[in-house]
Amino acid sequence: MSRKIPDKEYEKTLSFRLKRWLDGTKDVFTGTVEMKEQEEFKEDDTTVINRAKDRQQRMARVYDLANNWEINGFNRLYRIFCVCFCLFLVLMLLIAVSFLPAYGHPENPVNNEVAKRYIEDGLQETGSVNIVTGMILDYRAFDTLGESHVLFIATCTVLILLRKDKKKDENGNNIEVSDRIYEPKNDVILQTAARVLVPPIIIFGIYVILGGHLGPGGGFSGGAIIGAGLILYLNAFGFKKTERFFTGKTYKILSVCALGCYCLAKSYSFYTGANHIESVIPLGTPGAILSSGLILILNICVGIVVAGTMYTFYVMFRKGDY
Amino acid sequence: MQLFINILLAFLILCAIAASLSKNLLNTILIFMSYSLVMSIIWIILESPDLAITEAAVGAGVTSVLFFVTLKKIRAMVKTDNEEGEKGNEQENS
Repeated sequence: MSRKIPDKEYEKTLSFRLKRWLDGTKDVFTGTVEMKEQEEFKEDDTTVINRAKDRQQRMARVYDLANNWEINGFNRLYRIFCVCFCLFLVLMLLIAVSFLPAYGHPENPVNNEVAKRYIEDGLQETGSVNIVTGMILDYRAFDTLGESHVLFIATCTVLILLRKDKKKDENGNNIEVSDRIYEPKNDVILQTAARVLVPPIIIFGIYVILGGHLGPGGGFSGGAIIGAGLILYLNAFGFKKTERFFTGKTYKILSVCALGCYCLAKSYSFYTGANHIESVIPLGTPGAILSSGLILILNICVGIVVAGTMYTFYVMFRKGDY
Repeated sequence: MQLFINILLAFLILCAIAASLSKNLLNTILIFMSYSLVMSIIWIILESPDLAITEAAVGAGVTSVLFFVTLKKIRAMVKTDNEEGEKGNEQENS
């Protein structure tokens, strides 16, 4: 006790009383208020029977659907309101549709100069043979950045919601058992099929990502294919084998790096574009694998984010603690 | 070719209606998978192979797998012969 004043004096101070009141060691009302001992709850049999009978009668009256006019009236009103609400929604949508421009009108937004420019000058300006990739990763790269972030936020939400509960019961076991205790199931058919299928699937995914600016494909589809391959591998061989190369930490590092790389690369091109500075990144010859400027890097970034997202969704749904 | 497209579109509408009317959730997911596959074929016919790859990978692959895992988690995939999986599915309808 490193107290300056002796205990007897300390007990009279305000701070001691405050501390006692906070701790609840002494009841303030004892001795000042007349206290009455609480009586034991007793009930004879007749009251119990009466109460049960009352309850039964009440339930019978409530659930007597043929004669309960309140419920019947509510049901009828509910139906009428449903029909009215549906009609209202249909009317609103029809009114909204009536404001759309006429089909095939030459002044429509579809027929403005943007689409023409994409098709005619896309190859020269972006250097990508696949016009679609040139559009979504060069002209509209900002939208794709937003989409990648939506995926990342979705994964964060799933990580928050479906995280394994750390609570433990009396014996020290986790209440929510992760699926990994049943793993791996050592299914011969599945494992053989996975051994044959997983490498081609992942290589095909990488091909789709890397060839996004040359042919059909791109970051999103390639990433989804790689994610599907990883899910198949996880199903066949269990968490222990996949955690050698892909854990939650890996996912976080990979996706943050990919999104940051995307942001940096695109900010550079936005900066140069807005200030009319010549970009130093060469467009290369169209058709070569190392061409079309930043599109290849952006494709790889999007692919990494999407693959990680798909795999993480699956792992979190399986409650494999991550 | 027009006939082929019409058949595919009719199948698509049929799948959409069947998926919403099916009582068993597992059947719904399988119908949804076939819907996505037919949709990806239609994307190829409409000359957008980018979308076709994405639809096949995401719609038919990953989404269905996630649905299967969810069904397993909420224990709707019951192996009973006499109950026909009524426990989980029917309570919401009634």
